[in-house]
Amino acid sequence: MSPLLTWSITLTLLLYMAAMVLGLVRVLRGPRAQDRVVAMDFMYVVGMLIMLVLAIRYDSSMYFEGALLMVLFGFVGTMALGKFLLRGEVIE
Amino acid sequence: MPPISEAIVALLLLASGCIALIAALGLVRLPTFFDRMHAPALVQTLAAWCVTFASIIHFSTRAGEPRLHIWLIIIILSITVPVTTAVLARATLFRERQEPGSNLPPPLRKQMPATRPDQPPAP
Repeated sequence: MSPLLTWSITLTLLLYMAAMVLGLVRVLRGPRAQDRVVAMDFMYVVGMLIMLVLAIRYDSSMYFEGALLMVLFGFVGTMALGKFLLRGEVIE
Repeated sequence: MPPISEAIVALLLLASGCIALIAALGLVRLPTFFDRMHAPALVQTLAAWCVTFASIIHFSTRAGEPRLHIWLIIIILSITVPVTTAVLARATLFRERQEPGSNLPPPLRKQMPATRPDQPPAP
């Protein structure tokens, strides 16, 4: 792995970390519940992108399956929270 | 790995990092909820596509043959993201209409008849 790729991966991970910290600020500060849900969904997607970048960094396809699971669980969690906000219960 | 493909991978990764940071800034700084809903779409479309193309180029050039299984990520994202966005927007509309003093327009369903007149009634 060349130094160009190593440095760009490190810089990308730092940018993702800053994005996740800002998302966490919105989770903690969000005035209502739906703001927190949107920020949590955003953090799920950024975590998935971190897994994909780590797959390039360590040259392994195991991270890809983890990223796929993070997409699916983020969808399920956000849908459950959205249904809860809409109706007051998850399964009617 | 040839240096040109490494440069392309590095460029795509840095672009996705900058896009994620811009989206996070929008998530923190935009004033209302319906403005803030637009910011994560930047990550879910553009940054995810950049990272997916970067890993496709990286793994394909290392293996010497096409490795396309990472397409699954953006296929699943493009299916699930509109659903969650619609559900959250509906939930927020529903909740903000309950609050006193909200200036949102009323729901459209109350202005329409309950059953369409050209349809026969259900037995």
